Amino acid sequence: MHWSLIIYAGIITFVTRFSMIFLLKKDILNDKAKKILSFVPAAIFPAIIFPPIFLDDTGSVDLESNPKILAAIFAIIVGYFSKNIIATIFAGLISYWFLIFVYYQ
Amino acid sequence: MNNSLKTTAKGIIDVSPLMIPVVPFGIIYGVIGMDLGIGPYMTLGLSIIIFGGASQIVLLQLFSSGASSLVILSSVGAVNARHILYGAVLSEHLAGLKLSWKIILSYVMTDQAFAVSNIYFNKNNKNNNKHYHLLGSGFTCWTIWQISTILGIVLGSVVPEELGLSFTISLTFLALLISDFRKFKNIIVMLVSGLVATIGFNSIPFKAYIIVAALTALAVAVLLTLIDIEKK
Repeated sequence: MHWSLIIYAGIITFVTRFSMIFLLKKDILNDKAKKILSFVPAAIFPAIIFPPIFLDDTGSVDLESNPKILAAIFAIIVGYFSKNIIATIFAGLISYWFLIFVYYQ
Repeated sequence: MNNSLKTTAKGIIDVSPLMIPVVPFGIIYGVIGMDLGIGPYMTLGLSIIIFGGASQIVLLQLFSSGASSLVILSSVGAVNARHILYGAVLSEHLAGLKLSWKIILSYVMTDQAFAVSNIYFNKNNKNNNKHYHLLGSGFTCWTIWQISTILGIVLGSVVPEELGLSFTISLTFLALLISDFRKFKNIIVMLVSGLVATIGFNSIPFKAYIIVAALTALAVAVLLTLIDIEKK
């Protein structure tokens, strides 16, 4: 990796944070625009979450004997009921370890 | 204690509970950076220059899969789009500040700092030093993020690969979405994004699957929002 890539990524990140604070005197985004922007995490994070869970090393879909799918489902259930970020992460990780070290052995 | 110090301290206290999940996230990021072999300086350099967990992980993930700079940078831009919303919401509270203040506060405006300082700003609109709250919350995030990155860099050389810690990236992003699990429309948007990315992982050229999936899902979100407004 080249440092220039990191610096460009840093500039892009900064500009998204700075632009509105710099340009606006008061909040001019209407409710519709805000509603749509509030969907951004839901629109982008699953694109980061899904492929490493469902695809194997060769890039083909692996639905059988895939401990990551089961562990992710368990994490979603814990997250749904607890609404707790840490509990969700650890539920997924511990069930994943159980599956790969105990169940699939 | 004068007002600006008091407000800074309030920012630090308010954001502290939200720092608990940031620590494992930062450690995982540091471990992954070392795992990919970019070395300790670049791993920490990303945390200082970019200072955004999701952006840093996306950059590493796409870089290691051989994506081009253009795809990497536009994906980072897409991940950051939510900051535009934060900036717009905070703009009226920060409009009177000097440019140097705006630059500093923008650099530290993370999800967590925004969440607590926006609440404070709305409740304490008359406090002339209210921007110190964001200074306190933002730099608390910054300090915790750098320390946990360093912890991850140190641990990166000792954590065995068999533990499958890369799975925690998926889990961390999943955990960031828990508030969306109860909203039907958000679930649809999430499924569209995830399915397009999984199906398109191999077929979409230039590793642009994150951008394509995000734009498709956002288009669905626009449709759902418009349908909702029509009904009213």
